Amino acid sequence: MADIILKKLYIKVWRQNSPKEKGRFETYEIENISQGSSFLEMLDILNDKLILEGIDPIAFDHDCREGICGMCSLYINGRAHGPDREITTCQLHMRKFNEGDTITIEPWRAGAFPVIKDLIVDRTAFEKIQQAGGFVSVNTGGIPDGNAIPIGQDDAEEAMDAAACIGCGACVATCKNSSAMLFVAAKVSQLAKLPQGKVEAKRRARNMVAKMDELGFGGCTNTGACELECPKSISISHIARLNREYLAAKFSE
Amino acid sequence: MSKIENKIPQGPLAEKWSKHKSDIKVVSPANKRKLDVIVVGTGLAGASAAASLGELGYNVQAFCYQDSPRRAHSIAAQGGINAAKNYQNDNDSVYRLFYDTIKGGDYRSREANVYRLAEVSPLIIDQCVAQGVPFAREYGGTLANRSFGGVLVSRTFYARGQTGQQLLLGAYSALNRQIAKGSVKMYTRHEMLDVVVKDGKAQGIVTRNMVTGEVKSYGAHAVVVATGGYGNVFFLSTNAMGCNGSAAWQCYKKGAWFGNPCFVQIHPTCIPVHGDQQSKLTLMSESLRNDGRVWVPKKKEDAEKLQKGEIGPNDIPEEDRDFYLERRYPSYGNLVPRDVASRAAKERCDAGFGVNNTGKAVYLDFKYSIERLGVDVIKARYGNLFQMYEKITDTDPYKEPMMIYPAIHYSMGGLWVDYNLMTNIPGLYAIGEANFSDHGANRLGASALMQGLADGYFVLPYTIGDYLANEIMTPKVDTNAPEFKEAEKAVTGRLEKLFNIKGSKTVDYFHKQLGHYMWDYVGMSRNAEGLKKAIDGIKKLKEEFWKDVLVPGELNNLNPELEKAGRVADAIEMGILMAQDALDRNESCGGHFRDESATEEGEAKRDDKNFTYVSCWEHKGDDKDPVLNKEDLVFENVELTQRSYK
Ligand SMILES: Cc1cc2nc3c(=O)[nH]c(=O)nc-3n(C[C@H](O)[C@H](O)[C@H](O)COP(=O)(O)OP(=O)(O)OC[C@H]3O[C@@H](n4cnc5c(N)ncnc54)[C@H](O)[C@@H]3O)c2cc1C
Ligand code: SF4
Ligand code: FES
Repeated sequence: MADIILKKLYIKVWRQNSPKEKGRFETYEIENISQGSSFLEMLDILNDKLILEGIDPIAFDHDCREGICGMCSLYINGRAHGPDREITTCQLHMRKFNEGDTITIEPWRAGAFPVIKDLIVDRTAFEKIQQAGGFVSVNTGGIPDGNAIPIGQDDAEEAMDAAACIGCGACVATCKNSSAMLFVAAKVSQLAKLPQGKVEAKRRARNMVAKMDELGFGGCTNTGACELECPKSISISHIARLNREYLAAKFSE
Repeated sequence: MSKIENKIPQGPLAEKWSKHKSDIKVVSPANKRKLDVIVVGTGLAGASAAASLGELGYNVQAFCYQDSPRRAHSIAAQGGINAAKNYQNDNDSVYRLFYDTIKGGDYRSREANVYRLAEVSPLIIDQCVAQGVPFAREYGGTLANRSFGGVLVSRTFYARGQTGQQLLLGAYSALNRQIAKGSVKMYTRHEMLDVVVKDGKAQGIVTRNMVTGEVKSYGAHAVVVATGGYGNVFFLSTNAMGCNGSAAWQCYKKGAWFGNPCFVQIHPTCIPVHGDQQSKLTLMSESLRNDGRVWVPKKKEDAEKLQKGEIGPNDIPEEDRDFYLERRYPSYGNLVPRDVASRAAKERCDAGFGVNNTGKAVYLDFKYSIERLGVDVIKARYGNLFQMYEKITDTDPYKEPMMIYPAIHYSMGGLWVDYNLMTNIPGLYAIGEANFSDHGANRLGASALMQGLADGYFVLPYTIGDYLANEIMTPKVDTNAPEFKEAEKAVTGRLEKLFNIKGSKTVDYFHKQLGHYMWDYVGMSRNAEGLKKAIDGIKKLKEEFWKDVLVPGELNNLNPELEKAGRVADAIEMGILMAQDALDRNESCGGHFRDESATEEGEAKRDDKNFTYVSCWEHKGDDKDPVLNKEDLVFENVELTQRSYK
């Protein structure tokens, strides 16, 4: 039951030392990777090797390594988070690869996500969208009892489906228009489903969409590609709810 | 009598907090605008504090090392959050939650702090609901609860298996609202590298911009450290890769005491180490023990065959399986507390009965509950966990038992704070997992989220006013003052030193070595001989590190290896202090087990006569031994008893 060892792999990876510099692909060889290792562990091993050879290690974002923080963000063999469904990059395992494979790794590509270094991009635009309205306007304290307003189980569950978004940006990286609609819709829809968030739903939709447009994300043409690559299976039905709130906001203007 | 001023208010337990709140000073709105507060860390504790302080009108500057506050490791908490709501009408109460927490902590925490925690817990749930946290609901629309290990009532609130994520996103949204208003200025990808103490008060921090490498100071009238736990001293843990105790360690080196460094929690149900390429460990929720039975083979030869991969678990007949938890603890069985379950697994594996190729794994078997309840019930309860397990291990837990092994999970120890959550350095506060308070020697499940949010929403925003009321005449802190320039110079000097060693070994090499010492000698069971060995070994490792570490890249660019090098340098020193503390505490309590202090059957034996204190370690200089101060723990309301799960 011991894991199979991949004796040799070729890692073709985007190298770019800073935002200003032009990037390029480099290919590195790596040996003896256990199929039980995670994809990021494979990169750790490659980096150890590069360091000892005097080559600058490959910079990539990661933190929790269990699919929840949304930090990891690699475009692997032409797919956001690599060749598996419903997982993040850090949950990808080397079992998905075979002896002698060439694996191509790129950063998220989107105008609104400039490269900082190698595979690390700047996702500050996501922060700005959330700051534009991704909240319920309540202060700490002076709050009624948690059971004061009943919330139907179905509504709570649907809100939770949307709230599962980890803010990774795979939807943007996958979309041919680099649209952030799925990400925005997840928050708008979560809060619109709950009585606490409903009050500001229209204003929230309007402000978040306006911010998204301002920051250079493209428009949504309903291709549905985002939904397929989203590691948390956020459904594009949330985009429909966002559109409803957005239109309602427009009409009431 | 203890000479340590912990500021615990006089009076009956249940009245202490309200009395204290009415006694402490309040800052006027006009003056709040003139006061600056730095919050380092924006996990549950830091984000809730920064948002609440911003709402109150203070000028807040908040820092985190990730690219967004939403990525703090609070995001990974699965199980839930406790609160004494008594929604189930099962006779829960503030007192019961208080009592469970004190007892669960094996009587090594302060009564007054824990009572306050229980007292504010219901407010947390209300607050989160108002923010739009989608907690699980009953059909009638009321909030749902589940029960968690070690307690008799159902008081845990949850949002599927992602409670930490949802609570953090709630706090993050409150924080975003303040950022938009301009009351909080958020610095992401900024790492705190020192705290600046001027005129005897904490007045700022030194940070490194992790994108540009720029070292810069920020000044404030008070500094709040909310930087999480130090489990990563062990290299392998359930913490995120970036989790670190460095910020707390910098405070310690500037004179703040470190409380109970040896108290760390080991979680019994984690996916075992698969080999030496492993970078971190994944927790499988504790709830699995409700329906899984833990076992290893009875016969050594079966274990050996399993280790060689010659047979599988299903080849071992019923009568040859040793359900050792049920055997040793008939009344609690598979549901004994975390520390007890962890030690029992280690005992079996050390005796040669481990079930995987490394000999360090036991089975958690769902066969019996699938037979009893049907596969659909099990799927509904644990479907997502089973799927996660299969993704990682490539085995199907519906058909074969899971393999699990204990791993480091949480640090109860941390910066010493008084009742106001202030360290012994005036103006320096510590909240969340970064402080030592509330959980004693062992934390109950679902209580860390509660503590982080209690500190950030409902305790610190009040108590910090008591200090800041005296600072209203202090002008804006000038970061050109010599204290800041010196601190910046020291930070830059250390970074350059690390960078210029250009040795032959990577940072991870040292981190892994440290992890081995910690796990082998300062892990699940400890003894004087092993601890001394660890102290000597880690001291040598420290010397070797500073001679032979290799940090690649550039100083003034994004450089994850440089970041790691600084953290590992600190972790090495923390490891030594943890071992020293464990050596001093010659008793077994909670997660801390000393072989020398056990009953004849090998169970933990607490020594209340000699060890009913908080260890408060004081730094005396890099080449000197630290000094141990002791805060006596006084119990006026509960009676100390030995835990028994037989
Ligand atoms: C896998 C897992 C599951 C858990 N499940 C539960 C559960 O079900 N229930 C429960 O109650 N508890 C649980 N816990 C424990 C709980 O999640 C944590 O104790 C708690 O979330 C810690 O919150 P915090 O705000 O103190 O720290 P964290 O969330 O760790 O935040 C630390 C913050 O500090 C920042 N930081 C750190 N160092 C620096 C620095 N030098 N400079 C700048 N910023 C810095 C980080 O960027 C981050 O923002 C779990 C823990 C783990 C690991
Ligand atoms: S919607 Fe999905 S892909 Fe987009 S940021 Fe959220 S989790 Fe990532
Ligand atoms: S590293 Fe956190 S989701 Fe991948």
